[in-house]
Amino acid sequence: MDFGDSPDEAAFRGRLRAWLADNNPGLPASSTSDEYWAGQAAWHRSLYDAGFFGLSWPSDIGGRARPSVYDVIVDEELAAAGAPPRPSLGYLVQGILEHGNEDVRARFLPGIVNGRDRWCQGFSEPDAGSDLASLRTRAERDGDDYVITGHKVWTSYSDVADWCLVLARTDPDVRKHKGLSAFRISMRQPGIEQRPLRMINGITSEFGEVLFDGARVPAADMIGAPGEGWRLAMTVVSHEREPGELGYVARYKKLVKELTAAVRAAPERYGPEQVRDLGWAIVEAEMLRLHVCRRLSDRLDGISHGPEGSVDKLLMTQVEQAVGHAALAVGGAAHGGGDDTWLKVYLYSRAQSVMGGTSQIQRNLVAGRILGLPT
Amino acid sequence: MDVRLSPEQRALRDAAAQVVDRLGPRTVRDLDDRERAGKLDAAVDASGWRELRTATDGGAPWASGVEAALVAEELGRGLADAPYLGPTLAAELRRATGAPPAAAPETVALTPDLTAVACLAGATAAQGGVAVDAHGAAAAVVLVPAPGGHTLATVALADPGAAAEPVDLTRAAVALDPAAAVVAVPGQARLLSDEAEVRWTALGLALTAADLVGTMRGAVDLAAGYAKERRQYGAPIGSFQAVQHLLADAFVAVEGARSATLHAAWAVDALPADEALAAGAVAKAYASRAARGVCETAIQVHGGIGNTWECLAHVHLRRAILATDVLGGAGPSLARVLDHHRIGGARGLR
Repeated sequence: MDFGDSPDEAAFRGRLRAWLADNNPGLPASSTSDEYWAGQAAWHRSLYDAGFFGLSWPSDIGGRARPSVYDVIVDEELAAAGAPPRPSLGYLVQGILEHGNEDVRARFLPGIVNGRDRWCQGFSEPDAGSDLASLRTRAERDGDDYVITGHKVWTSYSDVADWCLVLARTDPDVRKHKGLSAFRISMRQPGIEQRPLRMINGITSEFGEVLFDGARVPAADMIGAPGEGWRLAMTVVSHEREPGELGYVARYKKLVKELTAAVRAAPERYGPEQVRDLGWAIVEAEMLRLHVCRRLSDRLDGISHGPEGSVDKLLMTQVEQAVGHAALAVGGAAHGGGDDTWLKVYLYSRAQSVMGGTSQIQRNLVAGRILGLPT
Repeated sequence: MDVRLSPEQRALRDAAAQVVDRLGPRTVRDLDDRERAGKLDAAVDASGWRELRTATDGGAPWASGVEAALVAEELGRGLADAPYLGPTLAAELRRATGAPPAAAPETVALTPDLTAVACLAGATAAQGGVAVDAHGAAAAVVLVPAPGGHTLATVALADPGAAAEPVDLTRAAVALDPAAAVVAVPGQARLLSDEAEVRWTALGLALTAADLVGTMRGAVDLAAGYAKERRQYGAPIGSFQAVQHLLADAFVAVEGARSATLHAAWAVDALPADEALAAGAVAKAYASRAARGVCETAIQVHGGIGNTWECLAHVHLRRAILATDVLGGAGPSLARVLDHHRIGGARGLR
């Protein structure tokens, strides 16, 4: 067991650190500013073109086929440099790798990995949140196409997406989990209406609603077999719950570093309760870094799509919300105006226990699928 | 980086698990079974686990902090009532000064609040101290101040069997006899430097964190097992979401604590002393906070039974209280973390 760098890893770290010294775009975090998303596509392509993104994915889709633990190094160095985190889309790649046929993998994945194509994810609906399998968006066959009709919500970044991974009902006559299929549908067509939603911290570029009214998708762009949509969705969300896949350690470490610097610069301004909140945020963020080291090392034995993502999601949520509490305690709410970044960080942290499956759903999964408690 | 356990580390962990599952207490009544406890002690003795941190010819320990922590975790999980933590920490002090291994069973003495190793300046133990994990130990190692560092001494221990009921029902903690003599450990080759003391503390934090992880895991296993058996309203209580969520949170806390603890155990030998100490403090802060909550959950899930002496849940909690207090729990550990980040941890947090 070794948490240290191998010679190859150390050399990679050195190259990344040197590259970051010249190529850090200095964007604010996505959670606090609409500016982040405007610059995110360029950041993704820049990181990818320099050889620092998609490290563990197969080379035939544009990955670097490196051991998964290299992502730990990326997260650590991004945080140390105060750079934006790596793009959070590994869960899409994992879902398509696992369920797509060879044609779909070859057509869809390289553009996701290299950042030329931008995707959003159309799963949740107004009446299908935690109970996702009850979703009502329909996909009806029409010649070589399917026609999509329905209402999706919480579709992050849908307004800038080229494509949407949409989950729709292809067979209304079978049990609810069985009748779902997954498609890649173009967002650049008539029959799609976008409605951005404003989050509680004021940002408008992340959350949205998407209305599909007769939008078309070629049948060849179905991912997996008809009726395989639920299984694909579960693969996607299991990885959407993993901080190692999302790269969020970099975000938390960066925030904690900035808060630490603030207290160090003017310690007389902070009392024991504020310092205590910061102390726990440091401990939590470090725990998550180490937990990701463990999970990504386990992947050296092969990837798992199992319920441990729910454990990771609950840990990650505690970390994000501990960092949020420290942000509010140390950074303050800026009542008199001025920079309200820390208030925004705090308010955004409340979404972490909902997005990607609520903490209550994760606890159900841990209880049933890991602890084996009866239903 | 590859933080998977090696095949040898897995084998060591499995061996420790087998011993404690075979000979550890399965009920509170088992704690009074001297024959069983004697067999467990003999098995631990024969295994050589207490010598993991003794010196090889070159002075390095036989095994790293990782191996030592894996054993601590399994012994904690099975509520092993055989000494391990104390002898291991005593052996580490001897190794650090180049002193030969103890001839008779030995542990360490800590300050009365258990947050640091006892440091006795006089000819007797009048300054006070508490020997932890003292079952079967003839003496406890303490520090003696010396120019430029510390030297080691021992204080003979009375039979802990005569002491009052310990907090931790699986491990004795015995106050030093104030009149007992402080006797220099023979054969010390060098002073215990401040750096060596920091590294020793890092080992202690990692081992106590590992003990907490194990104790927590055992408590979750116990409570989840009970929740599957115990029926109310015509159904196992483990089918109720309110109970499920308590146990799920407990399981998640153990996993977080384990990730931090594995790193702390690795850091003991692999990182500079101050970073090893910080890694230990992160793990200990996290594991201490988690362990109290997890063991409380185990009691809650057992309901009324959980509040009786006969239920093992409180044995887990009591073991966790000792492991938490040895070298400091959440508060002192958080202060160490803040010190490491140079943000005034000493201000009211200790």
